[in-house]
Amino acid sequence: MPPTQSRPLTQQEISREIAEQARAHADSGVVSSHPDRDYAPYRSSLLRHPKQPLVVLDDPEAAELSGPVFGVTDVTDLDHDLTRQHLAEPLGERITVTGRVLDRAGRPVAGQLVEIWQANASGRYAHQRDQHPAPLDPNFSGVGRCLTGGDGEYSFTTIKPGAYPWRNHENAWRPAHIHFSLFGTAFSQRLVTQMYFPGDPLFAYDPILQSVTDNAARERLVAAYDHELSRSEWSLGYRWDIVLDGPGATLTEDRLGTEAAR
Amino acid sequence: MTRSVPVEPTPSQTVGPFYGYALPFAGGGQVAPADCPDAITLHGIVRDGAGQPVPDALIETWQPAPAGASAPSGSMRRDPVTGRHLGRNGVDFTGFGRVATDADGRFCVRTLPPPAAKPYVSLCVFARGLLHHLFTRAYLAAPEGEPLLAALEPERSATLLARQERAGVFRFDITLQGEKETVFLDFQS
Ligand SMILES: [Fe+2]
Repeated sequence: MPPTQSRPLTQQEISREIAEQARAHADSGVVSSHPDRDYAPYRSSLLRHPKQPLVVLDDPEAAELSGPVFGVTDVTDLDHDLTRQHLAEPLGERITVTGRVLDRAGRPVAGQLVEIWQANASGRYAHQRDQHPAPLDPNFSGVGRCLTGGDGEYSFTTIKPGAYPWRNHENAWRPAHIHFSLFGTAFSQRLVTQMYFPGDPLFAYDPILQSVTDNAARERLVAAYDHELSRSEWSLGYRWDIVLDGPGATLTEDRLGTEAAR
Repeated sequence: MTRSVPVEPTPSQTVGPFYGYALPFAGGGQVAPADCPDAITLHGIVRDGAGQPVPDALIETWQPAPAGASAPSGSMRRDPVTGRHLGRNGVDFTGFGRVATDADGRFCVRTLPPPAAKPYVSLCVFARGLLHHLFTRAYLAAPEGEPLLAALEPERSATLLARQERAGVFRFDITLQGEKETVFLDFQS
């Protein structure tokens, strides 16, 4: 473990650690889609990752191979549009984010809950503990939900979040991102992640994004700008597909039928 | 659209510090329907590697419907008038709970006892500082020969056993790191 610091680390020091981690992972030859929980450049991980290896469980009867079910009572029609939750429109660049949720076999995850949360256009969360001196927007809460459709598709209308500072190290800034929470058909497929915007100059400096050390895996966290999704004189469109890891429940024909009917 | 199979997964990222206004919901820990006489309380403290409580963790609990049928929806019922959370419908058992830890690192859910054949509540732990969630199980009973418990050293399997404090109240602490580190599970296979 690195020694306790009496002063905040500089970006240069963090960037050096990020580069060392990238090199070590490349040398190991092991390609991992997910970040190591033990990733020192992200300082909050130091005391919050297990030291023991995970216990691999291969149990076809495991309760985790089924999962919670969500339905029409769990969302309202306005939840997918974060620009329509208040009296007036929020400030910022109006965008749509759309894509499909799939499992590892490429099958759509239908009828499941997608939740998002994000900072406003100025990079401020509507959260008491966010004291970044950027303005709150009375017309933006930054929370959305929807159910995926029969083909696994989801869609949100929102505004592009701003970058924001944090205290991992001196002059630390998070690239703009939207937090996503996803459910599959099995609890073992649960995923919480963050979607980034293409071409953000902050990518290289951010230990949270860089904790995904494989280049191809990291790119899977970045949405694509899709001009076909942009709407004339209204909004810019981004596409982001999500693939849930972990063994999934086998969908019965009956359940597939129910979900397609939703 | 053609895709190579299997498809490469989307990486996990930390839940961060600011999920609190987005993910927890009213009644998130009230999994048992109202007036269920056999409902149980499962509570505990999440601690880090220095033994300090983790005040910004999010715990999700899952257990299938008792008869093995697919659980009903309605964990997060919403009021179509105000958009606010309504709480559950008071009858169905959805099997899903979600609670944020408080300033003492404590979480608490009130649920139904899991079936004797699978005497555990599954938990998923998210937190600022945790780049990838962790799965564990709170066993309310330890039947002879239970495959997971039997495969572990006694001091490790002990971390999966909820301790009964009094009738219907079980304590299950989660230690993310260090001495008495909780056993966390990997379902990849
Ligand atoms: Fe964030």
